[in-house]
Amino acid sequence: MASTILEMRDITKTFPGVKALSNVKLMVEEGEIHAVVGENGAGKSTLMKVLSGVYPSGTYDGQIIYRGDECHFKGIHDSERKGIVIIHQELALVPMLSIAENIFLGNEHARYGVIDWNANETRTSALLKKVGLKEDPNTLITNIGVGKQQLVEIAKALSKEVKLLILDEPTASLSEKDSQALLDLLLEFKRQGITSILISHKLNEVNRVADKVTIIRDGRTIETLAKKDISEDRIITSMVGRSLDDRYPPREPKIGETVLEVKNWSVYHPIHAERQVIKGINLNARKGEVVGIAGLMGAGRTEFAMSLFGRSYGRRITGEAFLNGKPIDVSSVSKAVEHGIAYVTEDRKTYGLNLIDHIKHNITLANLPGVSRHGVIDDLRELSVANDYRGRTNIRASSVYQMTGNLSGGNQQKVVLSKWLFANPEVLILDEPTRGIDVGAKYEIYTIIARLASEGKAIIVISSEMPELLGITDRIYVMNEGRIVGEMAASDASQEKIMRAIVRGEGKAS
Amino acid sequence: MSTESAPGPQTGVAQDLQQGPRIAVSALVTNLREYGLVLALIAIMVFFQFTTSGTLFKPVNLSNLVQQNSFIIVMALGMLLVIVSGHIDLSVGSVAGFIGALAAMMMVIWPLGPLSNPLVVSIICLIVGGAIGAAQGYWIAYHRIPSFIVTLAGMLIFRGICQALLGGGSSVGPLPVGFKALSSGFIPDLIGPLTLIPPTVNAAGKTIVGSGLTLHLTTIVIGLVAVLAYAYFGLRARRTREKHGYEAEPFSLFVVKTLVISALALFLVYQFATYRGLPIVLMVMGVLIALFVFVTKRMTIGRRIYAMGGNAKAAQLSGIKTERLTLMVFINMGVLSALGGLIIAARLGQAVPAAGLGSELDVIAAVFIGGASAMGGVGQVIGAVVGGFIMGVMNNGMSIMGVNVDWQQVVKGLVLLGAVVFDVYNKNKA
Repeated sequence: MASTILEMRDITKTFPGVKALSNVKLMVEEGEIHAVVGENGAGKSTLMKVLSGVYPSGTYDGQIIYRGDECHFKGIHDSERKGIVIIHQELALVPMLSIAENIFLGNEHARYGVIDWNANETRTSALLKKVGLKEDPNTLITNIGVGKQQLVEIAKALSKEVKLLILDEPTASLSEKDSQALLDLLLEFKRQGITSILISHKLNEVNRVADKVTIIRDGRTIETLAKKDISEDRIITSMVGRSLDDRYPPREPKIGETVLEVKNWSVYHPIHAERQVIKGINLNARKGEVVGIAGLMGAGRTEFAMSLFGRSYGRRITGEAFLNGKPIDVSSVSKAVEHGIAYVTEDRKTYGLNLIDHIKHNITLANLPGVSRHGVIDDLRELSVANDYRGRTNIRASSVYQMTGNLSGGNQQKVVLSKWLFANPEVLILDEPTRGIDVGAKYEIYTIIARLASEGKAIIVISSEMPELLGITDRIYVMNEGRIVGEMAASDASQEKIMRAIVRGEGKAS
Repeated sequence: MSTESAPGPQTGVAQDLQQGPRIAVSALVTNLREYGLVLALIAIMVFFQFTTSGTLFKPVNLSNLVQQNSFIIVMALGMLLVIVSGHIDLSVGSVAGFIGALAAMMMVIWPLGPLSNPLVVSIICLIVGGAIGAAQGYWIAYHRIPSFIVTLAGMLIFRGICQALLGGGSSVGPLPVGFKALSSGFIPDLIGPLTLIPPTVNAAGKTIVGSGLTLHLTTIVIGLVAVLAYAYFGLRARRTREKHGYEAEPFSLFVVKTLVISALALFLVYQFATYRGLPIVLMVMGVLIALFVFVTKRMTIGRRIYAMGGNAKAAQLSGIKTERLTLMVFINMGVLSALGGLIIAARLGQAVPAAGLGSELDVIAAVFIGGASAMGGVGQVIGAVVGGFIMGVMNNGMSIMGVNVDWQQVVKGLVLLGAVVFDVYNKNKA
């Protein structure tokens, strides 16, 4: 058990404006289950994409040594040929094809291009047996649950004669029972000599199966712990232990009456009708207050915000919303906007901007009546509004006639913010407002948030970056698995406390 | 551009020297792309003017050209909104055929009494067109059935109903003269004709047809007013932009552009004035074009359609009711298809089972030649109109030249492909 199967040496990967990984080291021994943990955005997935060749050799610095040889993977095919298989967070299965078709997709048993279905099915049956999945190979993927789909992915990996299996957050969308089964399967593979890298932030799972844990933070390797040293406390400290310097603008909160109150809010999944995504949330936000919602990816924060914002997510939404003590109807986006609620999406390219139109048109889109009379747009007024907000949020562009698709992430975010500021909301929900933007732009966004709060708006910030929440909010709700599992004043909160609330909440749920 | 930047004393002169022509060139390049289409139309017109030995611009032929192609342009206005909103409508030719048949039945066959008045019939037909658009749009907007499929079904359904209404292969006519005026009529000369050169009278005391020169004065006046309004509004918009420090287009280019377009317009108006004046259908078309330019450029509903086509999810999350908007776009398309059907029937003087057959392809081609994107969110009314005229001039010019109909299709196909390739190439370069 002593030989090293994989060594990643001094891996450095930069994206334009961001250093995602700097000098990361990872040593994995043959036959172990090696967990890689870290906060969202710490660089775990990037590291695995480097390893599997998604980012080809040459786009990063450092060396990958696999079974004694230095490897230069040009693409995912190169790494798969060597037995390194990655299973991504988002499953890569074709829903309308069968299990067998998916497992051998691109790799079919065929002769002169004619597929030998019998061979495929026989092999699929054998593979499904190995992963403990009792399904007909001809069942369509769309007809089986997420847990079983995960197993199909693993069977697919096995079909490629995997030596090193990488699982990126495999249990993120699984139920407790399915998660257990999956972890058991990993242990079974270990007995068969397959090495696994498990990326997870569910510490109880890591505790249970991992032989070693490598902790990554801000794109750097913090430490690697051996089995005997693994403890939740130690991991949490390493995961979050970073100093809070003045990366946040100073602010003196003036907090007034409750503006938004949400009572007993529940939401079901839009497709899997029996799955409850949001489970009876109670929450409020006051005038001039910045409220944070902490939690890990998949905790249901975005789903909650979007369901509140005009039922933009989910089905069978129940619960009540009050604005300044009066019940409000938020059953459509336009009604929510009318009642003074604005939601700034976490995914600005898909949900926030019209990328093929310019800044001016994007800024006024949510409040066209504000620049028009009887449905006729006043060009002058629109132009001055756009220039005004461009100045206020400091959008760097040659003019307001620049296409938003050509702006940097930070400036795009400022356009989306401007759009909602112009709609003049009382409650502003910001979902991951600083995701994927550089440090300078982050500070500007924080400044805008602080200014809005001082103008008396109630602001709810959803963020996976805990230092950010601690730095800019007054009060923090902690969410996990669709529930509020903690509420604390920001002055009392710490990253450890938040992480503990999440971990404990997870314990409760099981 | 970067006039605010204060260059250092040493580099200043050199930069200014380089900056000047560079700005002019880059402005010319951007604007060439914008007006490339108009230039292409002019080039095509000049080409056919030569190859048809001057027939193309003859007043009679110009009137024909307008009357033959107006229905394409009218429907292209609706199709532009459909395509900008990210959809397609394949049913417009069949709907036009069906409405033509319906109008003919109401006016000629069915005993409707006073209801068979051409005006009443036209209004009813436009309403029926809107209802057809609503019926198709309902499935597209609220049930998210792809528009390609819904309107493909509509194309079959309404062609079938059209043929059934007309009782198999027969045609229904003749249609009343009052109705035919929609296509073949000319505006009355309210101010009175202006005789510049009196016609020659021969020895027998009869005037020689075609001699002399009489101008349709109302036409001239309308043309002048339109050109002046165009120049005035162009200048005013320019002033506004200048006042706010945004104007990419050099003044000289603006003047040249305005002069060229005005001169072209006045030339065409003069040609019409020497014949029988402006065709009624051209007036209808002109009013609709102006209306749709206004709606797309200045009205909130137009802006919302572009936003929806550019990113439907973002539009929805900005409070835009995308379902209702989609429905309205298809209702509009239905009404304009009906108008197109009435124009076709009025021109033929009867309803025929094949009326409008295949015209959906000409309409869609016009919109794409005009620079609209198949992905939605991009496209201009003027582009679609110019695209329609390009198709029309090619049809007309090649027919006069005696080019075989089969080869006409080949040429039109190549022009469509060429125009879109040119557009995509330009966009990638930018």
